[in-house]
Amino acid sequence: MSMTITEKILAEHAGLDRVSPGDLIEARVDLALANDITAPLAIKTFREMGVHKVFDRDKIALVADHFVPNKDISSAEQAKLMREFAIEQEITNFYELNESGIEHVILPEKGLVLPGQLIVGADSHTCTYGALGAFSSGVGSTDLGTVMATGEIWLKVPATIRVEYEGTLRPTVGGKDLILYTIGLIGVDGANYRTIEFSGNVIGTLPMYQRFTMTNMAVEAGGKNGIIEPDEISLAYVSERTSSEFRVITGDPDADYENVVTIRVDDIEPQVAFPSSPGNIRPLSGVGTVPVDQVFIGSCTNGWLDDLRDAAEILKGKKAASGVRLIVIPGSTLIYRKAIKEGIIETFLDAGAVIGPPCCGPCLGGHMGVLAEGERAIATTNRNFVGRMGHPKSEVYLSSPIVAAASAVLGRIGGPDDL
Amino acid sequence: MIIKGKIWKFGDDVDTDIIIPARYLNVSDARELAQNCFADLRPDFIAGVSEGDIIVAGRNFGCGSSREHAPLAIKTAGIGLIIAESFARIFYRNSFNIGLALLESEEAAESFSEGDEAVVDLATGRIEYIGSGKIFTAKPIPAFMEELINSGGLVNYTKKTKLKNG
Repeated sequence: MSMTITEKILAEHAGLDRVSPGDLIEARVDLALANDITAPLAIKTFREMGVHKVFDRDKIALVADHFVPNKDISSAEQAKLMREFAIEQEITNFYELNESGIEHVILPEKGLVLPGQLIVGADSHTCTYGALGAFSSGVGSTDLGTVMATGEIWLKVPATIRVEYEGTLRPTVGGKDLILYTIGLIGVDGANYRTIEFSGNVIGTLPMYQRFTMTNMAVEAGGKNGIIEPDEISLAYVSERTSSEFRVITGDPDADYENVVTIRVDDIEPQVAFPSSPGNIRPLSGVGTVPVDQVFIGSCTNGWLDDLRDAAEILKGKKAASGVRLIVIPGSTLIYRKAIKEGIIETFLDAGAVIGPPCCGPCLGGHMGVLAEGERAIATTNRNFVGRMGHPKSEVYLSSPIVAAASAVLGRIGGPDDL
Repeated sequence: MIIKGKIWKFGDDVDTDIIIPARYLNVSDARELAQNCFADLRPDFIAGVSEGDIIVAGRNFGCGSSREHAPLAIKTAGIGLIIAESFARIFYRNSFNIGLALLESEEAAESFSEGDEAVVDLATGRIEYIGSGKIFTAKPIPAFMEELINSGGLVNYTKKTKLKNG
């Protein structure tokens, strides 16, 4: 009767003693999330159901983060629609500009994510919360609208791929490099319909922000969810932010995995994803000479305070190369405040950076750093598809904040050793 | 349900950013979204697509963002069915939830070319390649997905099964 952590969470939320991969279940949802792009369609679905009240106003989070501060009339109308719904339904967790930020940063930061929870969000990077031992998965707006009405969702229990990271990381290598390396190894559909469970001695020592980066990008390998079993590091993160009660769920030692992949990390270099796929990975030493026009540090993948600290350490006393536009966007207002207090923001400004208000920024080519034809950026984001950050003939390379910061100084893609 | 139409051929890993770039996501009206479907990759798509046409693609169709605007734009543009070697999971879910049919067939994905014609029986998964004499059989649609499609999507299914008094 052994189960993985994911199977146990799903079984508990479906009121079952046991589930197996492939089972179709109706599960209770602890938290349902939508943003300014996906909420309008979800609200339309909710209205179509003929329901008047959401299932639980405390268990829904609505976050305006993609096109804020609103970039044009249309996006302002969408944000307005979400705001009016939030007021009408008295949604407890509605965030827009004030003490807000990127959805996947502020929900953990505000203590809304607890180990063992089942969370769905109308945003593919909802899988981020697995870093705290929750089952969390991206869905579409119709699913989310239905959840807002019923509090339940149909799910197929995924098989689990367990990835074990063993050895000792090099000093400038971290969670972003490990997840890029992993996507390069298993492919952009290598975990389609499956759970990626991150484990091994390396994960046990990895700080929280780097764990979030890894689970955040599980979807870039097709994963339904990414998850890390709770330990002292994640439990400390949660207890510092909330007094809400929760039950720690871990997998059975003899649970069944579809596949176990072991990765020795000792020789792994900083990794860079080349256009136009997060699976098109090269080690930094194999990048060659790639000049960049823009460097973006931020996003739900790498907009955490420690990401900014890592970048600032590289940039301290240095300047972005002539012709390079350096954009830094803290993941939340709280992170922004702390970064000001620590002098990190001043370091960025001294290096020639512009600081954006906490939001998704140029990651999805919406606004605040859209690329022109022929331009090239290196970004700490999660996707580098054709046209992702602007013109279809622009290029995006993905890396850690350390490599992005070094690249800003160099004017080409490189690491701290090249400075 | 029988779908007959001409084929629009795509490769592997067609992502939702290329189906509908994020700069067009500041609206949620289906017809407006459809106007920008494949705007960057296939600017000829919207002008040329006819009701009931079929997209045939390789692996991992619909990967990336969870934006339901992607299947919605495709469906509203007139596409009656997507046949691919495989689909990314959120796209798969979203499509059935809004009543856009998907079939998986590696053989069909490899055999069809742009502009070919096909007749497909959704109930049986029989794919007839018009003019070639070839017949393919898609993987059967899971029973629950068939129930969703038969109900007309997730909203109607949920109304029927859970919100009887709603």
